Amino acid sequence: MSALTDDTLPMTPRAMRDEMIVFAVMAALLAVVPFTGIYPFFVMQALCFALLACAFNLLIGYGGLLSFGHAMFLGTAGYVSAHALKVWGLPPELGIVAGTAAAALLGLVTGFISIRRQGIYFSMITLALSQLLYFIYLQAPFTHGEDGIQGIPQGHLFGIFDLSKPTVLYYVVLVGFLAGFLLIYRTINSPFGEVLKSIRENEPRAISLGYKTDQYKMLAYILSGTLAGFAGSLKVFVAQNASLTDVHWSMSGEIVLMTLVGGLGTIFGPVVGAFVIIAMQQYLAGFGQWVTVIQGVIFVACVLLFRRGLVGELAHLLRRSL
Amino acid sequence: MQALYAQLLVGLINGSFYALLSLGLAVIFGMLNIINFAHGALYMMGAFVAYFLLNLGGINYWWALLIVPVIVGIFGMILERTMLQWLAGLDHLYGLLLTFGIALIVQGVFQNYFGSSGLPYSIPDQLKGGVNLGFMFLPVYRGWVVIFSLVVCLATWFLIEKTQLGAYLRAATENPTLVRAFGINVPRMITLTYGLGVGLAALAGVLSAPINQVRPLMGADLIIVVFAVVVIGGMGSIMGSIITGFALGVIEGLTKYFYPEASNTVVFVLMVVVLLVKPTGLTGRAA
Repeated sequence: MSALTDDTLPMTPRAMRDEMIVFAVMAALLAVVPFTGIYPFFVMQALCFALLACAFNLLIGYGGLLSFGHAMFLGTAGYVSAHALKVWGLPPELGIVAGTAAAALLGLVTGFISIRRQGIYFSMITLALSQLLYFIYLQAPFTHGEDGIQGIPQGHLFGIFDLSKPTVLYYVVLVGFLAGFLLIYRTINSPFGEVLKSIRENEPRAISLGYKTDQYKMLAYILSGTLAGFAGSLKVFVAQNASLTDVHWSMSGEIVLMTLVGGLGTIFGPVVGAFVIIAMQQYLAGFGQWVTVIQGVIFVACVLLFRRGLVGELAHLLRRSL
Repeated sequence: MQALYAQLLVGLINGSFYALLSLGLAVIFGMLNIINFAHGALYMMGAFVAYFLLNLGGINYWWALLIVPVIVGIFGMILERTMLQWLAGLDHLYGLLLTFGIALIVQGVFQNYFGSSGLPYSIPDQLKGGVNLGFMFLPVYRGWVVIFSLVVCLATWFLIEKTQLGAYLRAATENPTLVRAFGINVPRMITLTYGLGVGLAALAGVLSAPINQVRPLMGADLIIVVFAVVVIGGMGSIMGSIITGFALGVIEGLTKYFYPEASNTVVFVLMVVVLLVKPTGLTGRAA
């Protein structure tokens, strides 16, 4: 059985330098967005999904675990943050903390149930768990069912930054994204990340070397869920609502699609994938249901023709690690 | 009491669909090592093809029961030949992703042409009406669905567990290279197996058309419950899928009677409980 991601290059100083350069270019490009006339809300939304896809990629690309229920972290954190801001009246920073903490707790609970099964069973369990939560949120009073939580106050972050100003909000979201991205990058290149990769490549061997692989996978799962939740909390400030769409399983499918398009197990792939898919939804909105068909075609094309994804193919072509 | 029996019957009917669908998934998983995410979409196609046959070709329900699984089964075999076969030897997850894409395409196309609302498909004349069993009133069609799916399930079980063909199938699942060396065309067998699994889904679609309306998303929501059924059952055996399917349908029906708020979630809650006690599922083998 061939692994999900092939030809991962060893972590050489050159690879590290390449990645740093690309990161600097990415950060610089994103930083100038408010001065270019590009619609900032589009980029903010894409950034939230990019962080979400990166968090998801940490799990599948490096741990070999395909979670098909990652929308539950996005949705749960979104609901908790929204509730904390609107009903409890917490300041933005505590709202984000509350949402992210809820996602971490959810990761702990669902991880305990799902992590013991591998491969497609793991995928099906995460999918079923997220659907369980979907029905709970559909019926729970605090989520307001189909209406969702709307009109969320954005407030002042740390009492200073006025989040109702698009430019301020943009930079806050950007800083959040870059911080999450760097944390994932650091994790992947840590000894912990190396063990994770070895589990992906050959779990029985990792076990025989004495690693308690379940604990590593569990930690990766919780970290991934927490960061996905962080993305969900940020998204509340951008969208100013929290709704059932974010918990529905089709959202989990979209997260998978973003990562697959960009490249599973590549560092920058999920970011590119998220921007491509969000842009597609933005510009193809007029096609109605055909968007679903187009997404399906992209899925099929990615799996059959370019499994490495856009960034993965590019990295392969250039013989670089990206 | 009337309401309890009624919910039990609904549970048995849903159980029939769970059993037929998880059985098809198990058959496909056994040979192709693929979790067929497109199963729900193919179930929906079954219902739509029956609808077209009736309204465009004037072909009635009884012929549809026979023809629809063949038509959709052939569609499935084309999918296998053109796409799925290229995934042999790759990680299982690619099969899941590919079939998910196929499901999106099929569902999207149907949603485009038929929206989200349902199309009616009437119960065939011979199965209209009902019988009074003394303790409850049983609509004939519903009784028919339960009995017919049970027969189909057992026939499939017999085909795979008790016949020569089934023996080849099981052998090829264990060691395709060796079976191939005996002169058996394994790739063709894989294609036919996929066709069989898809045919079972389509058959469930025809059965469901007169009860639930014919809707583009009828399979999308069902398939996740079926996945939970599969996780609970463990997909280790053909019989396991059948029994788990029916049992969970009944449990769901009972929940609807005693505690309706939990009827949507009971299968998932059960899945959590089973996984905590027995991580491999009830009849499962290790993944």
